[in-house]
Amino acid sequence: MRIRRCGSDAMLVEVDSLDEVDAVRAALAEADLPGLVELVPAARTVLAAFQPGSGGLARVKPLLDTIDLTKRVRTEPREVVIPVHYDGPDLDLVAETAGTDVDGVVALHTGAEYKVAFSGFAPGFGYLVGLPRELRQPRLENPRKRVEPGSVAIAGEFTGVYPTASPGGWRLIGRTDVTLFDSRREPAALLAPGDVVRFEAVR
Amino acid sequence: MRALTVLATGPLALIQDLGRPGNAHLGVPPSGALDQPSLRLANRLVGNPESAAGIETLLGGLSVRAEASCTVAVTGPQVSVSVSGRAAGSHHPVHLAAGDELVIGTPAAGLRCYVGVSGGVDVPEQLGSRATDVLSGIGPEPLRKGDVLPLGTPGLPVGVDEIAPARTPDDLVIPVVLGPREDWFTDPGTQIASGQWKVSPESNRVGVRLVGTALRRCERFQDVELASEGLVTGAIQVRPNGLPVIFLADHPTTGGYPVIGVIGSGSLPSLAQARPGVRVRFRPTA
Repeated sequence: MRIRRCGSDAMLVEVDSLDEVDAVRAALAEADLPGLVELVPAARTVLAAFQPGSGGLARVKPLLDTIDLTKRVRTEPREVVIPVHYDGPDLDLVAETAGTDVDGVVALHTGAEYKVAFSGFAPGFGYLVGLPRELRQPRLENPRKRVEPGSVAIAGEFTGVYPTASPGGWRLIGRTDVTLFDSRREPAALLAPGDVVRFEAVR
Repeated sequence: MRALTVLATGPLALIQDLGRPGNAHLGVPPSGALDQPSLRLANRLVGNPESAAGIETLLGGLSVRAEASCTVAVTGPQVSVSVSGRAAGSHHPVHLAAGDELVIGTPAAGLRCYVGVSGGVDVPEQLGSRATDVLSGIGPEPLRKGDVLPLGTPGLPVGVDEIAPARTPDDLVIPVVLGPREDWFTDPGTQIASGQWKVSPESNRVGVRLVGTALRRCERFQDVELASEGLVTGAIQVRPNGLPVIFLADHPTTGGYPVIGVIGSGSLPSLAQARPGVRVRFRPTA
């Protein structure tokens, strides 16, 4: 673990894996640190930003010294089920790459339990880990200029759902009617880091 | 109904308050007024809590009609203000009777003026804020001619306040704390202290882009990709061409280029007012 300064009121904790990111995020979230404004997990880091003068920043390092990064986090996560129409334009490509057929892809994608490792790229876009090995596939060589909102996709070790229309290079396997992000809704984002997610096939 | 009707917007007029910090883990930028001391002052002058929503204008040009009696104050850089043709001045409370038209001129220096109005602009909150975020599209649309802005319940104006207009120097020397990725750069303290930059016209609410000295990565980080990581407002991110961007309130929540340092939050208001061409240097601090 390495702690990096990030201005006078924040620090970036750098670790070696997504599991360690999860351990650090969960520990800092549970510690009820005074003045904590932002707690932002990413692929190999957790950013903790505090209100100036709150004294919270000084409490982070002693706390991190007590964390066992090898321990899986035991918390009561929120569980989210996302219904999916598996009819994405890259489904055949994904099946071929995985050495299976379309039903096989659906079985693999719905059979796994996922966890939101972090969010980014766009509001409400969660990077979900837990993808079966056969579905860990490269991005498209030519990213699409427009991916429809609700598109369910895979790339590398992640799966996710596009909350809004945007360009995108992930392989599209399906779509959901669920709204991933609505800034007028409470809560605005369907998925937050730490949530457990399952996908369910809609026929 | 207590409301303002927009008659002209100038280049860009946005509803802003103190933003929606605390949502970065969902991919939501903090947003909010770029020159927060100026918005807070405008609110105090009209008897609002400092967090009330007002209007952030870019290079003035805003004109509104009061649909009911209200108090307004224009802050930020010194700017001409008139009420139904009569000169009224900035940086103090001005009463508008129903039907009065407030016209804001173009500031001679600086970029962003703030209009506080008694009761605050009372559009619906999104994630706890009324601010317009130009990166993610959260919050109200930029103001357009004909918009009717509802106002909240007014409070009591204060009698005395700190009313000096924001200074808008042509030279900024900005304190910087090195990190989190200073080790990606050769001799980062010296490079950041000796470089010279100017504010690029490509700057916006997402960030101030700088042109000038290219910052050099050290040998072992040439062509290395950084996994995206969390960003704070004020982070100095260095693009592959070596040129820095200082992130402002509408910055993306994560980024994949190294951040060499983070500026002191006290310098954010002057960056919010820095026109293209303003000279920027950095001073590393402990």
